[in-house]
Amino acid sequence: MSEKVLMKGNEALAEAALSAGCRHFFGYPITPQTEISAYLAKRMPKVGGVFLQAESEVSAINMVLGAAATGHRAMTSSSSPGISLKSEGVSYIAGSDLPALIINVQRGGPGLGGIQPSQSDYWQATKALGHGDFQLYVLAPSTIQEMVDFVPLAFEVGEKYRVPSMILSDGMLGQMMEPVTLPDSDSATASDKPWAVTGHKNQRQRNIANSLYISTTELERLNIERFQRYDEMKKHEQRAESYLTEDADVTVVAFGASSRVVRSAVNAARAQGIKAGMIRPITLWPFPVDAIQKTIETTKEYLCVEMNMGQMVDDVRLAVEGKRRVCFYGRTGGVIPTPAEVLEQIKTLAGKEA
Amino acid sequence: MSKTWNVLLAGFGGQGVLFSGKLIAYAGLLDGKEVSWLPSYGPEMRGGTCNCSLVVSDDPIGSPLVVTPDVLVAMNLPSLDKFVDSVVPGGTIIVDSSMIEKKVERDDVTVYYIEAGKLARENEIEGCDNIILVGKMFKELGFCTEESLFKAVDKCVPARKTAMIEVNKNALKIGINA
Repeated sequence: MSEKVLMKGNEALAEAALSAGCRHFFGYPITPQTEISAYLAKRMPKVGGVFLQAESEVSAINMVLGAAATGHRAMTSSSSPGISLKSEGVSYIAGSDLPALIINVQRGGPGLGGIQPSQSDYWQATKALGHGDFQLYVLAPSTIQEMVDFVPLAFEVGEKYRVPSMILSDGMLGQMMEPVTLPDSDSATASDKPWAVTGHKNQRQRNIANSLYISTTELERLNIERFQRYDEMKKHEQRAESYLTEDADVTVVAFGASSRVVRSAVNAARAQGIKAGMIRPITLWPFPVDAIQKTIETTKEYLCVEMNMGQMVDDVRLAVEGKRRVCFYGRTGGVIPTPAEVLEQIKTLAGKEA
Repeated sequence: MSKTWNVLLAGFGGQGVLFSGKLIAYAGLLDGKEVSWLPSYGPEMRGGTCNCSLVVSDDPIGSPLVVTPDVLVAMNLPSLDKFVDSVVPGGTIIVDSSMIEKKVERDDVTVYYIEAGKLARENEIEGCDNIILVGKMFKELGFCTEESLFKAVDKCVPARKTAMIEVNKNALKIGINA
């Protein structure tokens, strides 16, 4: 392992894409994501890869579709409004059963919104990034180290199940610097891709990357088969960090940037003798239902903290199955909650219990 | 005892707010501390007000956003006015008094006034006001080891500007001696 360096989240993620063997990047600039594009514009040609700034987000995501169809590790990055533009292409990638990596460095919305950090694309990422029955594999980093480590993971899991992957970051993680250990080259294991459209040379059946199925029965069969893969992912690919949850009366659920604020608040609550803990979903899809259900017996109150008006809280409530109350606290529009605000919420909930 | 420095650097875009923040962060990294550096971004970069949240700590860092700084380095009047009341009681404010004529009216914080701009001009290192302020902050607060502070300059100055390494180290020394 190399020494720790100080890097911006966006740049560290871009470097991680190179060491994960990604040689095809198609993007379009937007704040607060642009450093990913800028970094790869410099570095990609030096490692023999393709960096292309497309004429629009729509174009970039369709280039990703094409590159992914040939079995190459392909990636695009954008921020909230740009991701919406890509949504049609993402649906086609999912419908074609292709793995590809999409980075969303979220900013405030809806519409053009703002340029400050936000988590208001949770619903979009986990429920419906495009039309049709499909899911993405969604990872939510909370440190610059995770911005790096999740890139090879996103490629590997995406290829294993043939689903597009998303790293759902935000303006805070993209712009901030933290010490990080960069991976050695070839950090992601290559996988066989017998489905890749690479020319059959008259030696095998031809492969087709396609998402158009006129026959209703064929399309239904394909969707059912895809959901069987999703079920496997739900069984095997949930990830979460549990922090001080064993004896927690108040369990706070938070992901990404807001989990950093919550960790400070939980530590402050513990220092005041309040038994608080945190579950940090790392995979937003599949949602870590198991990690949450493990805490239902011991938890008295749940609190979900997000940088939006309350989106993940739905999934927490589904996981808790009505056995406990799940409260919500959030800031939106680009405002980052403070540890003191979250501590107040924890204290109120703990006080009601006492 | 574990110690956390919450630092807010603030000034105009172009004064080197982000660079001086990176220097402090790198010094902390070289000392083996936990560090985070969070810039204001967007239009600020293009000449508006700019600030940088910095945390140097013995413990893992939760929120990297500094809301109540232990240390405020103010490089222009709008920044001083905006953040002066957010400094924790007992905290420190370092004021570039060649940019800011106003005096801090609080009596529960320690204030150091340093004519960084004037010192830079006198020593023919104009534009290094920001680094002189970091030198002053180091002298008064000792937030890192001296060795790491100077080594951080080597790490932060980009390869195409190696001539600036000695200039920046000189600026640190001027701040330390001021």
